[in-house]
Amino acid sequence: MAREKSSKDNAQALFHSLRSAYAATPVNLKIIDLYVGFAVFTALIQVVYMASVGSFPFNSFLSGVLSCVGTAVLAVCLRIQVNKENKEFKDLPPERAFADFVLCNLVLHLVIMNFLG
Amino acid sequence: MAAPETSTAAVPSLYTNNALRNAFGGVLSFFILLLIGVMAFSIRLFSVIKYESVIHEFDPYFNYRVTQFLAKNGIYEFWNWFDDRTWYPLGRVIGGTVYPGLTLTAGTIWWLLNSLNIPLSVETVCVFTAPIFSALASWATFLLTKEVKGTGAGLTAAALLAMVPSYISRSVAGSYDNEAVAIFALIFTFYLYIKTLNTGSLFYATLNSIAYFYMVCSWGGYTFIINLIPMHVLLCIVTGRFSSRLYIAYAPLVVLGTLLAALVPVVGFNAVMTSEHFASFLVFIILHVVAFVYYIKGILSPKMFKVAVTLVVSVGLAVCCAVIAVLIALVASSPTKGWSGRSLSLLDPTYASKYIPIIASVSEHQPPTWPSYFMDINVLAFLVPAGIVACFSPLSDSSSFVVLYIATSVYFSGVMVRLMLVFAPAACITSGIALSQSFDVFTRSIKFQLPGISSNTEVDAAETSSATAEAQNDAVKTEKSEETSKNRPSKKSKKKEKEEKPSTKAKAEKRLIALPLDSSVISLLLLILLGAFYVVHCVWAAAEAYSAPSIVLTSHSHDGLHVFDDFREAYAWLRHNTDVDDKVASWWDYGYQTTAMANRTVIVDNNTWNNTHIATVGTAMSSPEKAAWEIFHSLDVKYVLVVFGGLVGYPSDDINKFLWMVRIGGGVFPHIKEPDYLRDGQYRIDSQATPTMLNCLMYKLSYYRFVETDGKGFDRVRQTEIGKKYFKLTHFEEVFTTHHWMVRIYKLKPPKNRIRGKTKKSKSKTSSASSRAKRSGMGKKNPWH
Repeated sequence: MAREKSSKDNAQALFHSLRSAYAATPVNLKIIDLYVGFAVFTALIQVVYMASVGSFPFNSFLSGVLSCVGTAVLAVCLRIQVNKENKEFKDLPPERAFADFVLCNLVLHLVIMNFLG
Repeated sequence: MAAPETSTAAVPSLYTNNALRNAFGGVLSFFILLLIGVMAFSIRLFSVIKYESVIHEFDPYFNYRVTQFLAKNGIYEFWNWFDDRTWYPLGRVIGGTVYPGLTLTAGTIWWLLNSLNIPLSVETVCVFTAPIFSALASWATFLLTKEVKGTGAGLTAAALLAMVPSYISRSVAGSYDNEAVAIFALIFTFYLYIKTLNTGSLFYATLNSIAYFYMVCSWGGYTFIINLIPMHVLLCIVTGRFSSRLYIAYAPLVVLGTLLAALVPVVGFNAVMTSEHFASFLVFIILHVVAFVYYIKGILSPKMFKVAVTLVVSVGLAVCCAVIAVLIALVASSPTKGWSGRSLSLLDPTYASKYIPIIASVSEHQPPTWPSYFMDINVLAFLVPAGIVACFSPLSDSSSFVVLYIATSVYFSGVMVRLMLVFAPAACITSGIALSQSFDVFTRSIKFQLPGISSNTEVDAAETSSATAEAQNDAVKTEKSEETSKNRPSKKSKKKEKEEKPSTKAKAEKRLIALPLDSSVISLLLLILLGAFYVVHCVWAAAEAYSAPSIVLTSHSHDGLHVFDDFREAYAWLRHNTDVDDKVASWWDYGYQTTAMANRTVIVDNNTWNNTHIATVGTAMSSPEKAAWEIFHSLDVKYVLVVFGGLVGYPSDDINKFLWMVRIGGGVFPHIKEPDYLRDGQYRIDSQATPTMLNCLMYKLSYYRFVETDGKGFDRVRQTEIGKKYFKLTHFEEVFTTHHWMVRIYKLKPPKNRIRGKTKKSKSKTSSASSRAKRSGMGKKNPWH
């Protein structure tokens, strides 16, 4: 009993500390995190839909899911480069990071449009 | 060179001196690179000079035919092309089964040149594509090695790659094959990956994905990249080198790369469904887990992090096991565990010989012999271990990648001779690193010990690389130990070096090794000699060993030079003396050349995608005349082509390949048994040969009227007289034999109009006698029923 209670306490304490630590992040990073969450959620919806309806045409499913996953990954890269706490990227102006992000997204979506069918 | 500059300048600030030297170095390396490109191009031109500007071998003829089609009809027709002139009656979907990179590249170059009003023919562009791209590949090697170790190593590696015989063998002028472009794409993709890893820039990650797309378009060997890079990422994670740059280098590549690979019709959905790509997805997931863990660790206090770990481990482990169980069940349900035949034969070298004789029969897929390593990479075989040691001092992300690359490529080159080609760039990179490091040490020792230069020690100390002294000493020692076998003075210098360990003159922070002057000079001269040996060997290999176009053969005799142009003679005869729709049957080796040069429909060709169809032709070649005639007649074949080298001693003829025909045919049609063709386990065609062998179609078509050449029928390749000398052909007639009897073409005789005395019923209706006899003749001994 005691162990369960302590683990429950631990879990709650963990949850609180996570929450407070996350609340301290700057707003622009939180926006990017929201975007990442949205992209992953969209990908999950597509997977559930495919599981229920069937995978034909497969190339459309693949391009849809991979476009969501792709923008999520690119947004995470942007977040890494824009984060002021990241010492490796302190020389990189955030405008350059955003320009790279836009360019990579352009290439990604060009490929997606080609593959969508 | 440095001394007068420092003495003449009024205020010799360190900065301008450095800048001047850097500028001079930059211009010098630009010109060196230009020269390396010119050298790479020109060393591959031997076959054009010795023979003519002609496409070599077999596979390039197919690529050439596809490029011709692309140049004539445009890209939309090319994507949708269904070829009915090959694999009759099945045809082949060219748009979906060919790797388009090479043909699209050559087509683009041709179109560009023609739009600039430089009217080069398609053949010329095809012949010279490979040398141009080898120059580009050596520049890519320079860029890659510069990212790993610096400009000096880059230039050395580029010079080595421009001449390495293994790469020359597949990229001579005229060898218009996928590897010509693919090796450039491989090195360039690796360069962009390392660049992204070093800089963490998303721009280079995008370029990396595009270069990977070009590689997927060009060659089936792209699976090497998509397995090596995840392996390297895993290595970095395991050795504690995880950083955000690693994430940026790898994660966009996986997503964009998979999408781009799925765009290429040949790969299609295989990009997500075959085991060759699973490693990349697995490492993608692992990378995200690790990145998440690092992030949580960053924002939590250590105590809370421990709590998080215990919680997650207990829950997460259960989920993980469930997922892995599902995955394993999926993979194990397919008989080949999801891998394709060729990849499986790489992992398990005995797989092909047991299950897929066609893959085992290709000579390029055999394991290499030991001497072929020395022939193909020569001196680099000694320098590679030194380079690996030099990569470890200091170990960075990029040098660990080089070590991994060379370890895996050495293994794969040991499995298949064709993959020596992938090993060659790795060998050049590591050898370039080793050579340049040792040159660094020797020249610095000389510079330190020449009198009157001691004033420059400050300048030199500021410029030295950050490699530690002991490691350089080790690299030098390994270098020297390989050369002790050469001669005695280096042994003496080795002893001296041990006595005078770190004798330095530089600042206290960086302890530099200065070797004794005479040993440095001698070692420098020996290294240059080593390089000279390498150059001589490479030029010899390019001129003598790898420049044969194999469609034209030459031999020197006391009469002078003999040229054997029989292949083109036979194809030209076919082109001019047969109807456009006639079908030609031969062994699959000659399919591409027949469609490209003779422009006739063939039954099987080098693509070897349909094993049963090839087995059908193999069975026909191994059967007696009547059964073979029936098989060929059912395939609408009009002409049969065999290659015979017995008169001139050409060893790669069809009789030598015959046992493979028997094996492949016997794999599908069990009535063909290999022991029937061997006498006591030995393959013979003389009087001791088995009756099955002496009656089979291949024997008859090769040796028909052969006894008329010298009266005895002496086969120069097998070095015996043939067994059956005087015989007539009942179902075939000879229509053409080339000048040196190397290619022999036969025509199928039409079925007899009347058969006397066979069937009494047909006497009443003479008009239907021919059709009835044909039907009864075919229905009687058809080998498939």
